[in-house]
Amino acid sequence: MRNINISKICLSLAAAVLLVGIASAQDSHIKEPNVSGHADAGKPLYYRYCWGCHGARGDGNGENAPYVTPTPRNFVQATFKCRSTPTGTLPLDQDLYNTLVRGFNFTNMPSWAALTAQNRADLVAFIKTFSPRWKTEKPGDPIPIPAEPKLTLDSIKHGGELFQKLECWKCHGQEGRGDGPSASTLTDSNDQPIRPFNFTTSNRSKCGRTNQDVYRIFMTGVDGTPMPSFADVVKPEDAWDLVHYLRTLQYNSPSPELALWMSTKEGHDIVEAKKVYNTNTGSGINP
Amino acid sequence: MRKSHVVMAGFAMLAASAVTMAGPAGGTVSGKVTYEGTPAKMKPIDMSKEPSCAKMYSTPPVAETVVTGPGNALGDVVVYVSAGAPDEAAPSTAAIFTQKGCRYIPHILAFQVNQELKISNEDQTSHNIHPLPKLNREWNKSQPPGTPPISEKYDKSEFIPVKCNIHPWMHGNFAVLKNSHYAVTPDSGAFSLANLPPGKYTITAWQESYGEQTQEVTISGSETKTVNFVFKAKPY
Repeated sequence: MRNINISKICLSLAAAVLLVGIASAQDSHIKEPNVSGHADAGKPLYYRYCWGCHGARGDGNGENAPYVTPTPRNFVQATFKCRSTPTGTLPLDQDLYNTLVRGFNFTNMPSWAALTAQNRADLVAFIKTFSPRWKTEKPGDPIPIPAEPKLTLDSIKHGGELFQKLECWKCHGQEGRGDGPSASTLTDSNDQPIRPFNFTTSNRSKCGRTNQDVYRIFMTGVDGTPMPSFADVVKPEDAWDLVHYLRTLQYNSPSPELALWMSTKEGHDIVEAKKVYNTNTGSGINP
Repeated sequence: MRKSHVVMAGFAMLAASAVTMAGPAGGTVSGKVTYEGTPAKMKPIDMSKEPSCAKMYSTPPVAETVVTGPGNALGDVVVYVSAGAPDEAAPSTAAIFTQKGCRYIPHILAFQVNQELKISNEDQTSHNIHPLPKLNREWNKSQPPGTPPISEKYDKSEFIPVKCNIHPWMHGNFAVLKNSHYAVTPDSGAFSLANLPPGKYTITAWQESYGEQTQEVTISGSETKTVNFVFKAKPY
């Protein structure tokens, strides 16, 4: 009798939290709900939902792994793509939690928004037991992200200059289509071929869709992939300019940056040409 | 009585000086690393995708996976004491790794656990430094031309491949070792590990393509023991 009462309460609580979870999944910047995760509770969840890809030992060698590209994350090595902490450091619990809610676009890792917030917190706690690094090392200090400055055309233009100077185009291509001169030879840290992000397809980059997420991606790097961290070479105010410019490359995804850029004749002509021809060489206009 | 005092003092001084003299002398393990068979021919590197580097070479450089010298010598082999010597604190000098001409100089950099590693970019193009450890932390940093050197260190002993994702022909290695008894062979294949106190040691030779070999050697005083390594060359 006692058990049924408790389970009823838990169910309704879970339902409420689930609604919150689903609602906030639309916005990938999620505040961790007030739950603390426990590895013991996460263990049965892992062996129900995760081990098919991530493996019984958490090393990414699940039975599905040979058929999956990119390969599933190896939790034993504890190198993670999406962090708010510097390259080479461990992520925050919040980073792992957000990854579970978002999933990874263009990969086999789905969104786990369907699980409860408590489930996800428990899974984060359990995943951390696979690597001894969590015992000896603290997560890195999250990189400081200053408030986003006002969006201006100068900011977009300066971002474009940075895109050239930092040689982003070497992998991402001049129009961000992921077809730069070095793109075809890229391999990830497991020696699997990997393509750079194609900005023209969408704004659904692996580590989130907000401007803060884009800022974080190139300032912390995407560990385990060719994408390096630019934290040592880009000043925070310059980083925001680059974020604004990158949004103008995503001409299939409406954004304030794209709208501002297209309000100028130059921006309008370039973007319309890109849409018509959909190739670099066909555009006829040199951006 | 005075005489015996003088004699005792004399003995004491002799003993003291003998103790201090035995320290720096130590034994030496030296030898040569060679190969048998025919090594794969190293292919010239095509740097046409990076003209700013390609123009620095009158003839294209070759890959450095296997470096050979006269008399079947093997260069770029790391020879080190893998057992028998205590772990040592890192020296205060930094180990220097340079990117120049879109290559790593040196191809193999040997240094100690927790020793500072300083990486600089002397080219006119951006590189990204991407060491690929399995035991140590994996990081990946962009280094445009004209930016200050990157300073890092590793806290575990490991052989770590290094690459640049932008320039896929760039390959290097870090050998992170636990003590100061190591050498990287030049094209002559010769090495010398000095200042070894008496004891039993395991000497390991590591070549990035041919793997590892070990030999045991015992030092009893300040003698020089010869240890040679012969690797079987791979045709590919």
